[in-house]
Amino acid sequence: MNTQDPLIIAGKTYSSRLLVGTGKYKDFDETRRAVVASGAQIVTVAIRRVNIGQDASAPSLLDALPMSEFTYLPNTAGCYSADEAVRTLRLGRELLDGHDLVKLEVLGDPHTLFPNMPETLKAAETLVRDGFKVMVYCSDDPIQAKMLEDIGVVAVMPLASLIGSGMGILNPWNLKLIIDQAKVPVFVDAGVGTASDAAVALELGCDGVLMNTAIALAQDPVLMASAMKKAVEAGREAFLAGRMPKKYYTASPSSPTTGLIGK
Amino acid sequence: MPQLTVNGETRQLPEGSTVLQLLEQLQLVGKRLAVERNGDIVPRSAHATTLLLEGDALEIVVAVGGG
Repeated sequence: MNTQDPLIIAGKTYSSRLLVGTGKYKDFDETRRAVVASGAQIVTVAIRRVNIGQDASAPSLLDALPMSEFTYLPNTAGCYSADEAVRTLRLGRELLDGHDLVKLEVLGDPHTLFPNMPETLKAAETLVRDGFKVMVYCSDDPIQAKMLEDIGVVAVMPLASLIGSGMGILNPWNLKLIIDQAKVPVFVDAGVGTASDAAVALELGCDGVLMNTAIALAQDPVLMASAMKKAVEAGREAFLAGRMPKKYYTASPSSPTTGLIGK
Repeated sequence: MPQLTVNGETRQLPEGSTVLQLLEQLQLVGKRLAVERNGDIVPRSAHATTLLLEGDALEIVVAVGGG
């Protein structure tokens, strides 16, 4: 456990900066092996109607990922209004014995899954007032991110590119603007496709990354989960180390320029 | 017999049934779930005492894999 550089969300300390989703896996066994390989401590879950008539003893996500081992982050995936999102998270809180750390996302369009920011802000206000600790999927717009922070959310989570697209970080400059102004942790949520994308997010100064599809839809999800763990650690260390300045016009040799033979 | 909807499906229950009795009928007792009745949460502690009435709309949810 990295005790020197902990991630703090809503006053609680975590050693892993990689948050992972639990959807799109082949089965619960693969879900568990990938999540364990990722080193993630926080896992997102969806809240859905129980399948009535299904065998009550059938295995569930809770068996694969016990709540004693992982921090569950219930989400509002699939919600298109503030009201639906608030209702879903109230159910999530009841389901998880009063656990109040949640992921809010209010979608605006089923094609792009882009957030509906007016509804997101409205839901965030209600949830914060209701005592929830809200981590928010949002557009990569520094003004909206600031509005969310002013409402009292515990983390802002701008998209790097569309959910499930794997297109990587399309606008690092906007992310940087958000990171530079934010007083709460900033996570890239959505768009990461491969390990280098995650490393770039951390190098930019993001506090962490939340991903699902990049791991679940890799040819070998467990191996990709391990790659993501390393990428997030490497990106964070590079950020803390402080990269060398870029020099566009002058090369600088790494070896001594004196003592060359034959001169 | 009151008629109500559970997760969008119509059901009939004996007069005076509680949320707990509905969960028993659906073989969901002991499962980690949450119940909403007409838009309001029914806390687990109130399952045994909350009576179901004609026209009630219930949502019963669980945690599933998601991102």
